[in-house]
Amino acid sequence: MTDSKEGIVEQTCIIIGASHAAAQLAPSLRQEGWEGRIVVIGDEPHLPYHRPPLSKAYLLGEKNSNDLLIRTADAYSRFNIEFRLGERVASIDRDRKCVTLQDGSALPYDKLALCTGTRVRTVALAGGQLPGVHYLRGIADIDRIRQHVRPGEHAAIVGGGYIGLETAAVLKRLGMRVTVLEMAPRVLARVTAPEVSDFFERVHREEGVDIRTGVTVERFEGDGCVERIVLRDGVVLPASLVVVGVGVLPNVELAEQAGLTVDNGIVVDACARTTDADIVAAGDCTMHPSPYYGRIRLESVPNAMEQAKAAAAALCGKDKPYHALPWFWSDQYDIKLQIAGLNVGYDQVIVRGQRDTGRSFTAFYLKGGKLVAADCINRAQEFMLSKRLIAEGIAVDAMQLSDEKFSLKSLFETAPQ
Amino acid sequence: MPVVKYMQVSGEITEVDVPLGSSVMQGAVDNMIAGIVAECGGACSCATCEVYVDDAWMSAVGGACDIEREMLEGLGEPRSNSRLSCQIEITPELDGLVVAIPG
Repeated sequence: MTDSKEGIVEQTCIIIGASHAAAQLAPSLRQEGWEGRIVVIGDEPHLPYHRPPLSKAYLLGEKNSNDLLIRTADAYSRFNIEFRLGERVASIDRDRKCVTLQDGSALPYDKLALCTGTRVRTVALAGGQLPGVHYLRGIADIDRIRQHVRPGEHAAIVGGGYIGLETAAVLKRLGMRVTVLEMAPRVLARVTAPEVSDFFERVHREEGVDIRTGVTVERFEGDGCVERIVLRDGVVLPASLVVVGVGVLPNVELAEQAGLTVDNGIVVDACARTTDADIVAAGDCTMHPSPYYGRIRLESVPNAMEQAKAAAAALCGKDKPYHALPWFWSDQYDIKLQIAGLNVGYDQVIVRGQRDTGRSFTAFYLKGGKLVAADCINRAQEFMLSKRLIAEGIAVDAMQLSDEKFSLKSLFETAPQ
Repeated sequence: MPVVKYMQVSGEITEVDVPLGSSVMQGAVDNMIAGIVAECGGACSCATCEVYVDDAWMSAVGGACDIEREMLEGLGEPRSNSRLSCQIEITPELDGLVVAIPG
């Protein structure tokens, strides 16, 4: 605790991680009535920014780093939120209620919020340290990647997930010759049904991207800079730019070392409280309960925002449990993919529209006859309706879902009130 | 700097200076205007920044594009003056714009 000018003991809330969750949590704290100091500590030199555009508009050059800011510096000033950017927390001492920064200085807290997010999963391959081999997580990564973008030259993407495919689409538009290398038998294997994977493979091939599935990267080679990729089957591909996108890991180490419960994420309740009453956590770093899907960890901006609001309320002693339906989006070429819900444990996929031709259809995921998720490709209205169908638990019929002549809107009219 | 007036269902109006080139959504986010959630940050992907444009401003603001209209139609009961505020760019002509936040 610190003494304010008036001599009244002022409380301090420290937020670790200048992330999307922090950008919501800090002003929400003010709205919930927190009058003490709010200090956000972040290791990047930037105010909290939107990460989804990094592999889209920012890489493409349509947006600059200022455009990415979630809120302006003025906005935080208005809410009297302090930032310590370019600094890293080394440890949390829950007994003394203080955090220690990497430079050794200690900052006392009354309340603490962990918004530490995730970091990229790295690959331990020979040549992985060569200039030209990149990961994609922050502004600095994209700035480095952009220096290696040369029209006509070869780029290779390791990993056929959303980040990999979005990056492939942008590098293609920037004039590069792009190859995507995926270890699984299909792209997006971890997150979508084969029907949707097939579609994205077709679209990328139509756009001129070389998609190779079931391949394993053996090593990167080059003289001072990456020049080629060697696959396990002996195939050698030229590449003057490599982007590795093979998933992320939650940053749980600070919480773990502080003795908080961790299980593939910092374990929190529906109000974003950790096992310490004075510490909350929000965003990609948390393992939290979902009324729809059990205990989950999400990599999702909407989740970070909603959870941050619950966390701010919890720090002010209020219960505002959060129960939002997860949703995601991805933009590639002229495709807007919007995903409602999580398809975990699905046993049936219903396709509405043509997936073998054109670029517009929806894949509905059912579990025991119940709608749990929908991948909507250039079908914004069906996305909006799917969100409501899942959230409200409205019964669906597989035949009706697949019948384009059947109006999904009518499902709401017949639903019991 | 153009002023945008955000009106809550209660009739309470918050006047905010929003920079040219920014959006009605961003002006709301920077000022924590209740009811503008803006989950996707302006990608026209979530429809959590819906506003009702005051009738007098409809022609100055203009209409929604196809994707935006589809999003609005999926919302339940959009009105003829519903817009996603992330898709309304701030221009000098919009100085004084009045938008209402759905309840």
